[in-house]
Amino acid sequence: MAELTMTDVRKSYGPVSALTGVDLRAPEGSLTAVLGPSGCGKTTLLRCVAGFERVDAGAITVADRTVAGPGTHVPPHRRRVAVVPQEGALFPHLSVAANVAYGLDRPARRSGRVEEVLALVGLAGYGARMPHQLSGGQQQRVAVARALAPRPPLVLLDEPFSALDAALRGGLRRDVREALRADGATGILVTHDQGEALSMADQVAVMRAGVIVQAGAPAAVYRDPVDAWVANFLGEAVLLPATVAGNAAQSALGPLALAAATTAGGHVTVLVRPEQIRLDRPGATGVPGVVLRQDFHGHDALVVIGLADDVTVTARVLDAVPAVAIGDRVSLTVVGPVRAFAA
Amino acid sequence: MAPRPALLLASTAAVAVGVLPLLYLAVRAHDAGWERILDEIATARTLTLSLRSVALAGVVTAASVVAGLTAAYLVTRTDLPGRRAFGVLAALPLAVPTYVAAFAWTSTIDGFAGFWAAALVLTLACYPYVYLPVAAALAGADPAAEEVARSLGRGPWQVFVGVTLRLARPALAAGALLVALYVFSDFGAVSLLRVDTFTRAIFTAFSLGFDSTGALVLSTVLVALTALLVGGELATRARGARYARLAGSARPQTRIRLGRWRWSALAASAALAALALGVPAFSLLRWSVAGVSRPGTIAEIGQAAGASLAVAAAGAGLTVLLALPVGLLSARAPGVVATVLDRITYLAHALPGLVIGLSLVYFGINVAYPLYQTVWLLALAYATLFLPLAVGSIASAAGQSPPRLEEVARSLGRGPWAVLRTVTLPLTLPGVGAAAALVFLAGMKELPATLLLRPTGMDTLATQLWTQTAVSAYAAAAPYAALLVALSAIPTWVLAARTGVLERGAA
Repeated sequence: MAELTMTDVRKSYGPVSALTGVDLRAPEGSLTAVLGPSGCGKTTLLRCVAGFERVDAGAITVADRTVAGPGTHVPPHRRRVAVVPQEGALFPHLSVAANVAYGLDRPARRSGRVEEVLALVGLAGYGARMPHQLSGGQQQRVAVARALAPRPPLVLLDEPFSALDAALRGGLRRDVREALRADGATGILVTHDQGEALSMADQVAVMRAGVIVQAGAPAAVYRDPVDAWVANFLGEAVLLPATVAGNAAQSALGPLALAAATTAGGHVTVLVRPEQIRLDRPGATGVPGVVLRQDFHGHDALVVIGLADDVTVTARVLDAVPAVAIGDRVSLTVVGPVRAFAA
Repeated sequence: MAPRPALLLASTAAVAVGVLPLLYLAVRAHDAGWERILDEIATARTLTLSLRSVALAGVVTAASVVAGLTAAYLVTRTDLPGRRAFGVLAALPLAVPTYVAAFAWTSTIDGFAGFWAAALVLTLACYPYVYLPVAAALAGADPAAEEVARSLGRGPWQVFVGVTLRLARPALAAGALLVALYVFSDFGAVSLLRVDTFTRAIFTAFSLGFDSTGALVLSTVLVALTALLVGGELATRARGARYARLAGSARPQTRIRLGRWRWSALAASAALAALALGVPAFSLLRWSVAGVSRPGTIAEIGQAAGASLAVAAAGAGLTVLLALPVGLLSARAPGVVATVLDRITYLAHALPGLVIGLSLVYFGINVAYPLYQTVWLLALAYATLFLPLAVGSIASAAGQSPPRLEEVARSLGRGPWAVLRTVTLPLTLPGVGAAAALVFLAGMKELPATLLLRPTGMDTLATQLWTQTAVSAYAAAAPYAALLVALSAIPTWVLAARTGVLERGAA
């Protein structure tokens, strides 16, 4: 059963189309990340599901009830869809407990639900505080608790972590993921952060220019993107022109094994992830190259290597010690099969 | 998201109530015949009156902007000694009715009359209309913008002109508009200081010649001038410019050290307070001591004070009720409709209380007889007169509470009215309080409409004061005046405190 189904949803603001036919299914109890660059329409998508915007065409069902469709527009307060906005948007005049209790009816307030969800987000005992006495991360936790409190079938999170610093973000992501799971809530997370989407979600839906171009499990979408743009958007990608011959493609990195037989014959673009490229001392079997630059990231390093004919590729090395230096000659081999796109 | 259609309906109804006096003008003008009216308009006298009223409004507005802006800057941004005390003192002239101030000056200086005398008295009475919103804007502005300007190599003066002044511009323009409109409608000061302006001419036409057509024509011209002014202020505004304080930037302002200018600034602030407050206070004291007339009994004074408080409270309540939908509409659904509705409320604001009074007498007798001779007709007069004061402060308060909060509330299962009650109104409450205080204050001081519309036998502090001074019983008038100023000082203090000038910032 799907908690959220969107079918060919369209929405434009005057001459500007924000959604040009969105199809999306979110299974019950899952977390779906809608990932896209800014301006791709992902916030509009969220506002349409919440009911803040009226859709122009298409249908949205939440928990098997049509909330938007031809001639139907259920107002936001009857949709049972809770939102966690970017900046938390806690009610400044209400205490933490009153914020969390806002969506609850009288019996539910007395049932201990408020303390329960506060504990779920790691803020047990904070009920009496006022929002301005909390840190940014704590405010965001309260916003999540407030959304979960009425047990809505669907929770929408609109880039809830983007305003927080990196150190805080990781822990909060995990806790929010756990809280959603513990409560059995279905979540839609809108984000432009690939790492966030890939690490948190059960399903990643990549959005571009008002449509979902690909949806699937994070690993599947990362390994098997539908086109070069998605490949590039989801992480570092080496895209090289190549010629197909049977199950292999001939490129600047030598012959590469194809993950799937491609129907596109002749000239294609192949996707090699930097972690697939292994560096060896010069002379070993492989394609020769020269180190042009390296970006050290602590846990790994990205090494940019120049090949013949001014082709450059990027390799990810985990143990940068002994480090390669700029100007070093290296030998490159590609590990595992690669994906080919029609050029 | 407030319920738009309901909000629109309520706003339209509120504005319709606000323009009742204009309808009266239209009806009477129609009765008189347009040809006669055109004849009356095209006279040298109308031109002279127009020019003089516009000139007076121009001088007073310019002087009020200078005084209000300087005072606001000194108390919010500098290390002026005693700036918290001056923060309140600068607002207090709002508690002094112009007829009291004018009388204080004429009785202190012989031969104090004419255009420049009126300009001085009106400036001293009106500059708080600029001071209060500008002080609030300066105290609430995010210091980051100014710091960035400094870091980009601009000197303090350039930052003031290029950044600070621009941030404060919406508040400055709104305050200046109120001052100009107040000068158009003021009767007390111009009549006591013998300046022939529209209001004085309208009053003379009504009371002496029974020439209501002449008065009507003058009122119509006044409405037209107001429309021009209101439209002009609108045109100077950048489209959609809203300089609300952003969340989380509650950092206090860094204060500028005045250095050797410290004592001149102190002297200027003290002089302003002495002129605006000291002269009336001194004069009131002199009346009580030197006068021969006997003041009324404590009971009489108490009764008048009670009546003043009652009518002002009724007026404030009704005005706030009418202003709420208009303010919420212009904050939540800004657009042509909201702007037009908001601006229409200003048209009646510049009409003299006398015209409002007469039109509501007409309305009471012909349309709503049950209201005639009740406090509610007077409250209605205050509402039509002071609606824009209330709409402005409610709209700016509602603008401060982000619409996102209302969306979250909706998503948590609360209907539009529940959201209005539990989120929007509590967050707008400070603005509603300020609106009520402003209208209450204006209602306490209002004279002409009160004289015309009060129920028979009811005397307020303002009408008693007027009655006593009309027969030169100054000692008898003094306690009424003192009590009126003292009671008006309370809402004024509330307004000053709200601007944030009382908060202890970084030294």
